[in-house]
Amino acid sequence: MSFMPGADAEELRTHLRKFLDQHADRTRLRQQLDRDSGYDPNLWRRAADELGLAGLATPERLGGSDAGLSTLGVVFEELGRALTCAPYLATIGLATSAVRAACGAEVAAPMLAAITSGTVATLAWDGEWPSGSALRLDGTAITGIAPLVLDGNDAELLLVAARVDGGAVGLCRVEPNAAGLLRTPLVTLDTTRRMSRIDFDAVPATMLAEDAGADLDHALDIAALLLAAEQVGGAGRVLEMAVEYAQSRIQFGRPIGSFQAVKHRCADMLVDVELARSLVFHALHAADADPAAAALESALVRGFVSDAYVACAAANIQIHGGIGFTWEHDAHLYLKRAKAAQALFGSSTAARLRAAALLGVST
Amino acid sequence: MSRATEAATEAAEAFLGEHPVGPTSDQEQRGARFDAGLAIVHFDTGSGGRGWDAGEQPAVDEVFLRAGCPDWSARNVIGLGMAAPTIHAHGTEQQRRRHLRPLFTGEDIWCQLFSEPGAGSDLAALATRAVRVEGGWRVSGQKVWTTLAHVARWGLLLARTDPEQPKHRGLTYFVLDMRSAGVDVRPLRQLTGEAEFNEVYLDDVFVPDDAVLGEVGGGWQVAMTTLMNERVSLGGRPAERGSGAVGQLVAVLRQARAAGRAGDAELDRVMRLWARAEAARLTNIRAGEQLRRGTPGPEGSIAKLQMAESNNPVYDHSMELLGTQALLYRDYTETRPDFAAVHGGSGDVRYDYLRSLANSIEGGTSEVLRTVLGERVLGLPPEPRPDKDTPWASLRRS
Repeated sequence: MSFMPGADAEELRTHLRKFLDQHADRTRLRQQLDRDSGYDPNLWRRAADELGLAGLATPERLGGSDAGLSTLGVVFEELGRALTCAPYLATIGLATSAVRAACGAEVAAPMLAAITSGTVATLAWDGEWPSGSALRLDGTAITGIAPLVLDGNDAELLLVAARVDGGAVGLCRVEPNAAGLLRTPLVTLDTTRRMSRIDFDAVPATMLAEDAGADLDHALDIAALLLAAEQVGGAGRVLEMAVEYAQSRIQFGRPIGSFQAVKHRCADMLVDVELARSLVFHALHAADADPAAAALESALVRGFVSDAYVACAAANIQIHGGIGFTWEHDAHLYLKRAKAAQALFGSSTAARLRAAALLGVST
Repeated sequence: MSRATEAATEAAEAFLGEHPVGPTSDQEQRGARFDAGLAIVHFDTGSGGRGWDAGEQPAVDEVFLRAGCPDWSARNVIGLGMAAPTIHAHGTEQQRRRHLRPLFTGEDIWCQLFSEPGAGSDLAALATRAVRVEGGWRVSGQKVWTTLAHVARWGLLLARTDPEQPKHRGLTYFVLDMRSAGVDVRPLRQLTGEAEFNEVYLDDVFVPDDAVLGEVGGGWQVAMTTLMNERVSLGGRPAERGSGAVGQLVAVLRQARAAGRAGDAELDRVMRLWARAEAARLTNIRAGEQLRRGTPGPEGSIAKLQMAESNNPVYDHSMELLGTQALLYRDYTETRPDFAAVHGGSGDVRYDYLRSLANSIEGGTSEVLRTVLGERVLGLPPEPRPDKDTPWASLRRS
């Protein structure tokens, strides 16, 4: 049985690609970058209503389709391919995973139902892993600084990993407009993905799940796997861009793609993309079958896929030559997405050393 | 596990219940396995298969390997990896009946007579001639890099039947009886010291008409089937995660760490190699599924390229981790092994390192494969090719 996505997932891919081509094309992408908000609420709602994208990780009894990680991987791949500006990684990758991993069914239900109908959500913490979050919950109020929160300004459902009275880390919820909460949008390297700094000054919080550190780390591993699928989509798109250009750009009387120096560089990009795709979909398949596999799979996948995307995005600029270095060309948007995604959930080297430890290679 | 995979596993286990390992010889047992359609499961019924989805093969193989059945993949690497799929795809009913069963049982070892001294990467330029005679053909020429020719019963032979045609069009594919008069197999010693390959001289060898595989003049199309299977086969077997070359690398790393010779920098490098090898392994599994379903995608060439490009660095780094042990070698005495373990795994990193230098040459050089990927998969424009439409007889050759 293949670990690659099945027929249903591929059908969803076809629909989604058409949808994104129509509603989230290059012109709209550029317009979005100039707005205060990181996403187009219209597009988000339509994607939720027409394609059910927001409910893919929600159980069926709450109105979702619980499609599984492989199918989600296909969606992330397409979003990464189109460089869609949408809080999907924060809402589905992080927040939904956190709620499903940490919360009991009754606590989770209203939040998952809200996400399914289009509520934007995110998870804030301070530190490398949520289980090590330095945010403090003293009594019922959170204090501290979450320096880098994905879609922190757009989130309507704000989840926080905070250390409870100096003990274990719990999952809490705060109201985005609560007193003592300050959300500051940041200038991000990757302008297609927004991040905020959130200052908590004794912000009233509701406890959702106590002693949730391990569950939230698991949620981060799931988010990292889905991010990897998004990275594969971006890498695949820059390969297409490079090939299209190499076919049409004429120098020395022939298309530059007919020269082996350029052709072999494109072939190396193809190899990176397909190897990354094998790793990612195998990892999603494995984590679908056994959630306990997510830690090792995400550690294994992250380094390779992150580095491959950066390499492909840079090669795309090189193959385009001067035009690839301009603001007007989209090549830099992909490069910045690639470089930022590489740094988003820990470095490639950190992931590799973690994988070595989990595999028992380093002992 | 899918229902089909469960059924495949159950069928293999039921077969082993009736034909346990031990009482009969391995060859007899493999014969019975072939007759039961559990040899190459996507092949037709009667040809060693059951017409199943190719994706079920690994589950079946695993049942047999776990039960202690010997693994034949290195001893009959050409037979199982290339001859079987080529004969199944292009052979007549008679050719299938004659060759597939003894190939699978191990009774017949196969070799591949493609490359020549003057036709390496440019295989279609080959010069071995087959001339029509009463009842068949007379073949003369020289083949090279012929793995296992010294133990082979049969050879997959590509020869030129019409020199006036452009090079791809004048070729015919034959199944050659290696015991025919005029076949001379000579060892070809390689840089590891051993003679795993051979040179094969063909001097006026008679090949009967019923040994033609496919159409006369249609040899290139048949050869494509062989080459695509070769790439998947050389891309590596779907072994277990972390086994093979990277398994050795990890073992060497552990020794080096115990001796205080490897820190986080070495660990990071090992994990880079590990992840790439794992990605190549998974891509080859995809390639195998695609190929056996009859829809070969780019994965075969990718997997072959990657196995070569990752295997050598894995052993290269293993050598570095060996420290002063890398200064020594086990033995350069010339031997003629009767198996081909192209990806190493011999247990001796120094030998495997030297052997891995061939990985980026055998079965298509990495340079040729990059061009194949660029042109056939990505659709990039070809290099100017003055040789393509010229009659072979007028081509410049080395």
